[in-house]
Amino acid sequence: MSTSETTESRSRGKAPAGERVADWADGRLGIYSLAKANMRKIFPDHWSFMLGEVCLYSFIIIILTGVYLTLFFHPSMNEVEYHGSYVPLQGQLMSEAFSSTLHISFDVRGGLLIRQIHHWAALIFLAGMFVHMMRVFFTGAFRKPREINWLFGFLLFVLGMFTGFTGYSLPDDLLSGTGVRFTEGAILSMPIVGTYISFFLFGGEFPGVDFVARFYSIHILLLPGIMLGLVVAHLILVFYHKHTQFAGPGKTNKNVVGMPLLPVYMAKAGGFFFLVFGVIAVIAAIAQINPVWAIGPYRPDMVSTGAQPDWYMGFAEGLVRYMPGWEINLWGHTLVLGVFIPLVLFGVVLAAIAVYPFIESWVTGDKREHHILDRPRNAPTRTAFGVAWITVYMVGLVGGGNDLWATHFHLSINAVTWFVRISFFAGPVLAFIITKRICLGLQRRDKDKVLHGRESGIIKRLPHGEFIEIHEPLSQDAMYTLTAHEQYKPAEIGPTVDENGVERKVKASEKLRAKLSKSYYGPDSQIPKPTVDEYKEITSGHGHH
Amino acid sequence: MFAPADKAQAEESAQSLTIEEGKKLYTVGCASCHGTDGQGTSDGPSLVGVGAAAVDFQVSTGRMPAATSQGAQVPKKKNIYSQAEIDQLAAFIASLGAGPNVPTKDQYDPEGADIAKGGELFRNNCAQCHNFTGKGGALTKGKYAPSLEGVEPKHIYEAMLTGPQNMPSFPDTTMSEQNKKDIIAYLHAVNSDETENPGGLELGGLGPVSEGLFAWIFGLGALIAVAIWVAARTAKARKS
Repeated sequence: MSTSETTESRSRGKAPAGERVADWADGRLGIYSLAKANMRKIFPDHWSFMLGEVCLYSFIIIILTGVYLTLFFHPSMNEVEYHGSYVPLQGQLMSEAFSSTLHISFDVRGGLLIRQIHHWAALIFLAGMFVHMMRVFFTGAFRKPREINWLFGFLLFVLGMFTGFTGYSLPDDLLSGTGVRFTEGAILSMPIVGTYISFFLFGGEFPGVDFVARFYSIHILLLPGIMLGLVVAHLILVFYHKHTQFAGPGKTNKNVVGMPLLPVYMAKAGGFFFLVFGVIAVIAAIAQINPVWAIGPYRPDMVSTGAQPDWYMGFAEGLVRYMPGWEINLWGHTLVLGVFIPLVLFGVVLAAIAVYPFIESWVTGDKREHHILDRPRNAPTRTAFGVAWITVYMVGLVGGGNDLWATHFHLSINAVTWFVRISFFAGPVLAFIITKRICLGLQRRDKDKVLHGRESGIIKRLPHGEFIEIHEPLSQDAMYTLTAHEQYKPAEIGPTVDENGVERKVKASEKLRAKLSKSYYGPDSQIPKPTVDEYKEITSGHGHH
Repeated sequence: MFAPADKAQAEESAQSLTIEEGKKLYTVGCASCHGTDGQGTSDGPSLVGVGAAAVDFQVSTGRMPAATSQGAQVPKKKNIYSQAEIDQLAAFIASLGAGPNVPTKDQYDPEGADIAKGGELFRNNCAQCHNFTGKGGALTKGKYAPSLEGVEPKHIYEAMLTGPQNMPSFPDTTMSEQNKKDIIAYLHAVNSDETENPGGLELGGLGPVSEGLFAWIFGLGALIAVAIWVAARTAKARKS
């Protein structure tokens, strides 16, 4: 039996090794059809579509370096006397967590570099997510069918903030300890439940002996586990929805114009991973981050000036720094509004950007799918809202670093704080108005370019002495691109009486929607794009403008 | 004939001569704000009892004479007096009332002091204004705790002893001479030309704010530049 089998396979001839491996794998995993369907998947080309990749790669780098760090880090708050290589801390009492961080920094081969790559990559990961999120926001890529993926991305950003925060707290140094103390204060400010949550989290009075070990599980297992799952879901949805693209000739809502995943994007993305790793490694090799040895071990009775969190928590720090220290005493209980209001605002500011896609789709009432991106100028109200949101965020960052603004620009810290307080209210309003004006100006410019062509810079003198500038008509491609966007009409409430003349009840939400829709798409909020008739009328006028 | 008395008299007259010279310098450079006899005016505090150490600190670091009494705080600037002149001024002020003397070298020399102990003391007593490693920090209404980088041991000692401007004073009864030495040794280890930064560029030693700026500008900035570069190189049909 076996003899006959071998003869048979010999007679068919041996397949190449690669094919045999592929065949073996396909027989067990069924990857052939999967690969066939996806290897030629098309991705459009634009540098801003690679921002998400920056996040993905820095996340991978963080995981890889993090694993190395766990090999040497001791998540314990047992008190030890330091006798390692760093002289200015010799003989000091500190937690094992802090001492093992010093050990990683000074005595583990490559430890400091890996620590710095881990930390720099975390800062860049969060910054990358922020910019990626803004790219998606300003181009309207969050519209149907991508709302859920927008929420996944938003969750990744928020979880990233807390993963970063718990990681930053692990070394148990004086800076991060102050940050944990800050967090404890924020938790305590919650009415009724605050004290219980704090005691639960810290296993008793702050700081206790538990929080490093607890934060460690949260930092290396719980949060990154959830994040990894979300990243996978995020990517699957990107595959499933297909990538969005900017408008242009040949690009429709039903196609994707670009390059295939294999080989072009595999090569590009693979190469880009190494470029991202390279840039982060270079930065980690030349610039110091979180030098815990200079900061010293945490003790609750010590604090330093210039104690700020990493940048992604900076706006929360700012909210607390510029909030007046109000408090209410009621029946022997204190409600610390000076901390509790910022805590609420922290959630509100984050939620505002998260729910925006749902608000916009409610206002437009648009149930169609959108795969063509908007240019920010063509959605002035959305763009203005986004810039206003960034303004609030940045005002928070300025407030979080108010002491450094004061020392480095020779200002009074009180003046900086007041500036920030006023900007918190005035800044977003101004930003909204200015951005909207700029968007409308750019729309007018586009319209002008389409109808009258591009200024060529060539000045011609006519026989009767008049000077005119020659405008070159745009190419058809360019004209198509500039007029491809769709313009909504403001929603109307509709007739308030039905066919029988009976008055219909108009719901308040309906009125609000009509009002919002008018502010989104009314005559003051968009410039009607040029029509073919307008174009023909102008171009048939024999060059007379 | 009066040999022993002569010597005493000579010393005494040398001392009074110094005070005399100091008074002259005082009248020219300081009296307009601190009053003709150091009693203070609305423009400057009384100097009775501040001691020679305060004068040495304020004048050697260029803070005094202040150009103006306006501004939140008198900044450090170039010192225009010689050490001899400063000694004369200090002798005059010391003659107005008892106060701390200028420390001697063996008082402030950090040689052999306990750096780690100094670090602990610094974090406990100084860092809340001067930052973890003495990079300075903001106080209210434009006042500030200056950076301690490159400040001479003698001046750090004098500042602790006398508590200039907004700084509290740490007399020997509060903080022993040895502890002051420890702090000076710590600052020398973590905030001087000889400080090593094993991780690379220190970025001002200001903590997460400067790190965050660096990550955004040079980290994300570089990566966006790289992304633009990669996106610009696409597999197009060869032009020719």
